[in-house]
Amino acid sequence: MSYVSLSEQDKKEMLSRIGVSSVDDLFCCIPDDIRLKGELRLPPPLTEPELVELFESIGRRNREGVHLSFLGAGAYRHHIPYIVDYLSSRGEFISPYTPYQPEVSQGTLQVIFEYQTLICQLTGMEISNASLYDGASAAAEAVLMAERLKGRPKILVAGSLHPQYREVIRTYVRNLNIRVEESEYDEKGQVDIEKLRRMIDGETSAVVCQSPNFFGVIEKLDLLAEIAHEHQALFVVLVSEAISLGLLRPPGAAGADIVAGEGQSLGLPLSFGGPYLGFMACRKEFIRQFPGRIAGETNDVDGKRGFVLTLSTREQHIRREKATSNICTNQAWCALRATIFLETLGQEGMCELARQNIQKANYALDSLGTLKGVKRKFGGPVFNEFVLEFEGGYKKVHEHLLSQGVLGGLALEPLYPGLKNCALFCVTEVHGKADIDRLTGLIGEAVS
Amino acid sequence: MSREPLIFELSAATKKGFALPKLDVPENKGLLEGLPVRAGIPGFPQVSEIEVVRHFTRLSQENFCIDTSFYPLGSCTMKYNPKINEKVAALAHFQASHPYAPQELVQGNLEVLKTLEEFLAEITGMDAVTLQPSAGAQGELVGMMLIRAFLGDRGDARKIVLIPDSAHGTNPSSAHICGYRVQEVKSNDRGTIDLQALERVMTSEVAALMITNPNTLGVFEWDIRKICDIVHARGGLVYMDGANMNALVGKFRPGDMGIDVIHLNLHKTFSTPHGGGGPGCGPVGVKKPLEPFLPVPVVEKGETGLGLNFRRPKSIGRVRGFYGNFLVMVKALAYIRSLGAAGLKEAAEVAVLNSNYIRKSLEGIYHLKYASPTLHECVFSDKLQKERGILNIDIAKRLIDYGLHPPTMSFPLIVPGALMIEPTETESRRDLDQFIEAMKAIAREAVETPDILHSAPHRAPVGRLDETKAARNPVLRWEPPKD
Repeated sequence: MSYVSLSEQDKKEMLSRIGVSSVDDLFCCIPDDIRLKGELRLPPPLTEPELVELFESIGRRNREGVHLSFLGAGAYRHHIPYIVDYLSSRGEFISPYTPYQPEVSQGTLQVIFEYQTLICQLTGMEISNASLYDGASAAAEAVLMAERLKGRPKILVAGSLHPQYREVIRTYVRNLNIRVEESEYDEKGQVDIEKLRRMIDGETSAVVCQSPNFFGVIEKLDLLAEIAHEHQALFVVLVSEAISLGLLRPPGAAGADIVAGEGQSLGLPLSFGGPYLGFMACRKEFIRQFPGRIAGETNDVDGKRGFVLTLSTREQHIRREKATSNICTNQAWCALRATIFLETLGQEGMCELARQNIQKANYALDSLGTLKGVKRKFGGPVFNEFVLEFEGGYKKVHEHLLSQGVLGGLALEPLYPGLKNCALFCVTEVHGKADIDRLTGLIGEAVS
Repeated sequence: MSREPLIFELSAATKKGFALPKLDVPENKGLLEGLPVRAGIPGFPQVSEIEVVRHFTRLSQENFCIDTSFYPLGSCTMKYNPKINEKVAALAHFQASHPYAPQELVQGNLEVLKTLEEFLAEITGMDAVTLQPSAGAQGELVGMMLIRAFLGDRGDARKIVLIPDSAHGTNPSSAHICGYRVQEVKSNDRGTIDLQALERVMTSEVAALMITNPNTLGVFEWDIRKICDIVHARGGLVYMDGANMNALVGKFRPGDMGIDVIHLNLHKTFSTPHGGGGPGCGPVGVKKPLEPFLPVPVVEKGETGLGLNFRRPKSIGRVRGFYGNFLVMVKALAYIRSLGAAGLKEAAEVAVLNSNYIRKSLEGIYHLKYASPTLHECVFSDKLQKERGILNIDIAKRLIDYGLHPPTMSFPLIVPGALMIEPTETESRRDLDQFIEAMKAIAREAVETPDILHSAPHRAPVGRLDETKAARNPVLRWEPPKD
């Protein structure tokens, strides 16, 4: 296939206007001895039907689709209203560039402005940016921002923060003078408050935690905020399951200074990990250190309301090495999907969705917890995920489930060597009672 | 025409856009006791489905986009986004796939990753590729981290990164976040790196040179080999910003000519849509010695199929969750498979032809600061029009009235009042000619009716917006009206 639009006649006339005899002459600025001789070694071109056939056959090598899945751990299956796909697939949303020219980008800009508002409302914060890459890199940006604001060398990160978020934070700070220390979790699966008190000091820029945390457990945000603020450190709250914001008191109300996280649950399919949606919100006073693009309201020459990308003096294209972040392209189209998703669900839908998630997961947890040889690992309250400990090990349970077409929870030992025989299960509104009962029945079989 | 209201202004309690099935497990009323729950989400909208549909459809109609208009945006490579690639990326096999699914159940996904890595390595002449970075800027950051880790492993703690004065703003920013001090290298009067200037600043303190090739003027660094030799001779590495790779595919392989690290933008060269500003994907290619430092996980061939290796002791670690913007990779792979080697090369050739056609047609009408031959883009400036008080922004905004997107203006900084134009290979002769004619007409207007430029655009959903006001008095979210 070729997507070129010139005819041979066009080419001839254009070359003649340029005043060269062949296209090759236009490449004379590349010294001959370093030009590629011969063709790239790539497979021959395909037509559309061949291409579709190829990708269907590659896709079929994924044998996951037939399973009833209880995997979560930072990537969640939720129902996506059909109009999210329908509206977001419009060419006017997929194919424009970043809205640097506001007069011809009011669609994208107003969507970002609405998105920022929705994120503020959900998190209870004053300002939001236009999006970041994903939850993990948003966590890292939040840490860098906290360090810029406080100028202290230490960051205290909860051990119950998603392992990948912790990894990305470590990658981002590895060449900067920032020390990351991990706090422990207690038997409830929450941040160990006493140990945290001993770790925090005047060198600490921020206390970073996730709620619901990686184990699905809801943290005591008020208490954590208090401890952070006692030491004039910032309190950073990360959220990997954004649906929880439809039910739980927003981090902003609990005293968070920066809230960031993963917006995948808001209308983005699992997609083997991406594209997802990093979101970030903070208090207004931190605006000068806020990373990423931001849309703002203004008016045109006739006083008509319009939107522009604003405060760009924070950004790399103006400030270069003094910018608050190097981020340029973000996840605008994913933010559009989240905006459509949230506006379609509305307040009632979002609250109901969150309510169903917590009810169903806890129904599952209660049923599974009664099985002999299966134990609820952590006592803290859970949203839509929970950790189970299997007396006889998890491997054979997982295998039994797979043999019956069920994808069980995520084995935690590779991520937390201390959590031997434990697995993290996720239950959302997509699971019917029958699915949950089936899981309970199959696990019962496996452990008996 | 009045503008589309904000969704919040359409909202009213009890309106519904969606209904969930009834909760089918017994409700545990005591569950929420003692939990920090919220009463509601103040200000959150409540609208009907058709209101959502009309809202977004109307908003979409206020956007310029590739599907309707020519985007001569320099350095952005706004080529056509093939629709079939959207379809293959939306196949349920890929879209419904959980990133923590057991590896034996996602062999298709791993094959996509592995194959794309191999193709990009072949295209760039590099030995290994990571697909994890989510955009070009994150690719740059990874590239700089790889260089730093590689040098650190040798016990060589260098502190400086050299960047030409023509570079994109992300270059210095990425180097800075990696803990490097940035030092600028001056361009010569051809717009390329001045070898003597490079010799002077290339010390044993310099970790790397970040070079864009062709550079942001569209000029190929003729001395690329000598440049690499100078840097290598003093123990540094050469990083290539591959944002402009669309000019080179099938013509020149950076890895063959001394480049140590390169990033690509799948949303430029490999046709994946820009989405109004992402998601992108910024793969990074490296030569063999840097391979051990690539982010984890790495896809590897094992005895039972493809697998993910998380245990690589020298790795810089992860830069984002899971494996990157996977569906973007599916689209880029589909693009490469559709075009094949000959098609990719044709794309580069026609992109260069189109750009030179525009350049030739507008030379003399707009000022061209550098006379050097250019590849896929050319950078004019407002110098001739400025004498009459017309700036690049006035020209840009007037283009909107002709139904065309403005060119890039924010850089390169070495061309004041820049108008950076990159047509890409997918534009037709007719579209190119319309652009050329519009630019000529605007140049005439600059002389005859300059006011029409100052006040442009006249045919957009809004007139010129007050960006100063937006920055001085930031209104960054909707607030409910106060009673």
